[in-house]
Amino acid sequence: MKGLGELERSIMDILWAENTPLTAREVGRLIEDRDLAPTTVMTVLDRLARKGFLTRTRDGRAWRYQPAASRDAYVAELMLEALDMTGDRDAALTRFARAVSGSEAEILLKALTELEEE
Amino acid sequence: MIAAAVLAALAMICAVAAWRLTFARWTWRAPRTAILLWQSLGLTWGLASIGALLAFALDPYRKGVVHGLAEFLLSVEFGVRQPYDYLRLAALVAGLSLLAVLVALPLAAGAQTLRARRRHRLLLALVARDEPAVPGVRVVDFPGAAAYCLPGLKSQVVISDGTLHLLSSAELEAVLAHEAAHVRERHDLVLLPFAALRRALPWSKLVRDAQASVELLVEMAADDRALQRCCPRRLATALLRFGTSAALPTPQGALGVSAPSSVMARVDRLVRPEVALPAAHRFLILAGSVVLATSAPLLWLLPG
Repeated sequence: MKGLGELERSIMDILWAENTPLTAREVGRLIEDRDLAPTTVMTVLDRLARKGFLTRTRDGRAWRYQPAASRDAYVAELMLEALDMTGDRDAALTRFARAVSGSEAEILLKALTELEEE
Repeated sequence: MIAAAVLAALAMICAVAAWRLTFARWTWRAPRTAILLWQSLGLTWGLASIGALLAFALDPYRKGVVHGLAEFLLSVEFGVRQPYDYLRLAALVAGLSLLAVLVALPLAAGAQTLRARRRHRLLLALVARDEPAVPGVRVVDFPGAAAYCLPGLKSQVVISDGTLHLLSSAELEAVLAHEAAHVRERHDLVLLPFAALRRALPWSKLVRDAQASVELLVEMAADDRALQRCCPRRLATALLRFGTSAALPTPQGALGVSAPSSVMARVDRLVRPEVALPAAHRFLILAGSVVLATSAPLLWLLPG
């Protein structure tokens, strides 16, 4: 059986791929690992919902789950922080280098060409 | 009154030294030593400023800051009798407030940083993938150039998919060696108090410059460490490719002003390396930092 983190990931991938809210049973059917106990799927869905990554709505006796935000939105959130564009220069991450623009980028480009020619 | 005067002088000296240090270029020849000096200056400035105010306020006890403060807290008798005592009272309030601010802010900044990292880690677990070409590194599908380290007990090195396309394998190795240095030396902990101080005094140009200096020195220290595993030229070209990759429009005002020239400064250093600072100089600076950092606590004990 896969680790819990890996399972959360594949379940999110399934829900992102399907455009409609799914029940735990439907998610279980789409998952690659067929030996998975239905309760495990329910547990993971519940965990993801509690963390705020899924929203759920009642459908009869079951819950239907769907992603709270798109995958791209999360990637964008990560990258905004990674590129230090959130505005508050905190020390949450240590970055390799920032991209620059305008005249400074030209200076860098010139230096790069020189280095590559040598 | 002597303790108060000496502590006030010490705080002034630290501020002037910090101001001078923001212009200094020898620091680039010994980034690690310079970082230590910065930490020592910051700590001593804080302790000396608080100490000067408290020493002045608690002067009548003639017992120094530490014991005077203990006696004041036990007796809760400050003795406001003449106008001069109001000045002392003001100094006491100011000193205690500064102490509270300088303790609380790094703690708050630390807590906020931990929250941001936790969120970042959760998101990474959901959207980042492993890439066989770069084992142990998390890859995020994003066309722009990004490479960073998410520090913590289990630090993670993350790069964007765009980085894989942007860099040659030798350059990528150099970038990863640089990030590994950040992880190993916990540079995030070095940066935290300076980021907190900046938040405490956002209008201070000196604090802003100090933070930028330390940020640059930390990058240079990681560059130096990376050179043990890659050649300077590859690290330099990787830096330049990153710097010119601006695939994203820069949002107005978001990036601040301190970014310029830091990439070029690092590249220059790699391509035209200067002689490292002689060991004797580094030792002197080191010793000076230690003496400085111990002086303020000792002065807190000086009676009168």
